[in-house]
Order: sequence, then structure tokens, then C-alpha cells
Amino acid sequence: MTLHNEPADYPAVDALTLDANAVAGMLIDVFGTDMTATMSRCAHCGNRGQVGSMRAYTHAPGVVLRCSICTEVVLRIMRRADGTYLVDARGAAYIRM
Amino acid sequence: MAALNWQLATVTALHDETPRVKTLSLRMPAWLGHRPGQHVDLRLTAEDGYQAERSYSIGSAPSDQPMIDLTIERVTDGEVSPFLHDVLTVGDKFEVRGPIGGYFVWDGAAADPILLVAGGSGVVPLMAMVRHRAQIGSGVPCTLLYSSRTPDDIIYADELTRLSDRNDGLRVIHALTRAQPPGWTGYSRRIDMSMLAEVMEGTGRMAQAYVCGPTPLVESVAESLVSLGLAPSQVRTERFGPSGS
Repeated sequence: MTLHNEPADYPAVDALTLDANAVAGMLIDVFGTDMTATMSRCAHCGNRGQVGSMRAYTHAPGVVLRCSICTEVVLRIMRRADGTYLVDARGAAYIRM
Repeated sequence: MAALNWQLATVTALHDETPRVKTLSLRMPAWLGHRPGQHVDLRLTAEDGYQAERSYSIGSAPSDQPMIDLTIERVTDGEVSPFLHDVLTVGDKFEVRGPIGGYFVWDGAAADPILLVAGGSGVVPLMAMVRHRAQIGSGVPCTLLYSSRTPDDIIYADELTRLSDRNDGLRVIHALTRAQPPGWTGYSRRIDMSMLAEVMEGTGRMAQAYVCGPTPLVESVAESLVSLGLAPSQVRTERFGPSGS
């Protein structure tokens, strides 16, 4: 995506926020299956929801998924130069697979 | 997961929807079908090996043919969409994988009314739902609230008129934020809380909402819907980022 200069119709919030759905393809690469309808629980606030409902931030190195309720980090995923992934799942109490 | 290997899609048709939006019809060599709301990843590879990857929503309803339509907005200064708009011709091939996503989907199984809220090209995955609903003869009440800048920017305008003329429970409500035609009776402003409250009078509190468009619109609409009494789990969102890449 590209920022452009046309004035926005809606006030700028964090305009770079996406939904986890947007990184569903990468999640398939990591987990081997579609994760967006998978239930998970946020370790910070206890919210249970589908992975697809999380917020995705793709402009940092790697991908950060945050809880849609408390906005804390649930998953961090980094793709390494050799094509493998590092998954930091400290923010998830569980992921039901 | 065989369906998620990269495969070489062939462009079978190109269609201008608006001055900035084009529909690409693709034939997929191995396509197991999709659910309304799903997307595909598209990958372009330059001669030097540089790759650019984007996700695009499928606009067509599921069918038994290995064909899908992607409706794509040309993003000024974009890396991928200007190529798709200006360079691509019928017969060209590029890599696609999908269908992807099991969260932002509606396949007609639930009986609850649906409230679809779109900003600009955010209408694309919602159109797949609207088309699918018509195709299966679903009587589920469906409201589409669709924000565009000007009348010329309304994607699928004629088809939406035709579909709502069937009087089968589909309501299409337009909001035009920048310019309105003479005699315009629809909304003439951005989608806001009071507009959503009016629209929700016709859909009720049981509605499952799907909101798709640029991130600022989605944030504002999703927050308003929850303020108006929908549970967060009744509001599914698909944010496009700042401009809807």
C-alpha cells in the first residue's frame, strides 16, 4: 500500500493498522493452515476471539498481531533470511488448533 | 494444502468499473472454489527477481468454474496496482494463491440479518456476499451502506441498482462524500454515528456487520456500531490501510 496526498475522507487514526486477515497468507506459511477462524486467548486481558479479529501491524520488521480488545501484543512473527520464521507467542494464553 | 500453492492465473477479461477501478477476470489452473469475503495473494516477479506481493479481495460470487474476479483500485504511486491497470492485457499470466481467510466471510449459512458497510473499493468482498446472496436466493435481510466520493466513483453501481430492484430484502444505501448528482436523495456526508443509527433501525441489533474499507473509515464505523449496541463479535472488519492498496 502507498500513502498518497489526497485528503482523507475520514480522520487519520493509526492508518497503517490492518486486520490479521490481511496477513492470513503469511500465517498459512507459518502454521500450515488458515488461522483466521482459529480461536485464541489474549494472555493480557483474557479476551477470546478468532485470530482474524486481531489487529495486524506490518510496517515494523516482521508482523505484529495485537488483541482487538486491549491492544496488547499477542503474536510477533519474523521471517529470517533463510526463509524460516521466528514466532513469539508470549501474548497468547493459547491458540486452539 | 494444495489450494494454497502459488499458481499461474491467466487474465481472461479486463473491465473498467470507474476511472480508478478495474476488474480483472482470472482463470485459475487449480481452483477449489472460494467463500464470499475471501481474498487471494498476488505476486509479481521482476526480471531481476524482485518480488512484490499484495492481497486482493475476490469480488465474484462462488461458482463451479475455476474463474474469479478481482476488482482493484489504482493507487497513485503504488507498486502493483498501476501495473495491473496500465500494463496488463488479456492473456497475461501472473502468480496467485488462495482462497485465503476464514474470518471475514459470509456464506449464507446464518439466518441473522447482515449489515455491510463499505468505503470505496472496500465494497469488493462485500459484493461477493451480495452476489452470492442473490445467487442462492437467500432471504436474509441485507443492508449495504456504501460510501463513495462522487457518483462516478461508485463501483458496481448498475448491478447494485438491479439487485436492489429485485425487492428480495437487499437495501443499498449510498453516501456520497464529495459530489452529488442533481436531485440526490441519498446521504451527502461521511458515514457517521447518526447515519449508522438510522440505517440500523432497519436491521436491528441482531445483525452481523461486515465493515471494509480504508483503515480510518473502518475504525470509525466499527467503534460506532459497538456504541450503538452491537457486540464486538458482531462486527467483522477488513482494513485496507491508508488508501486501500
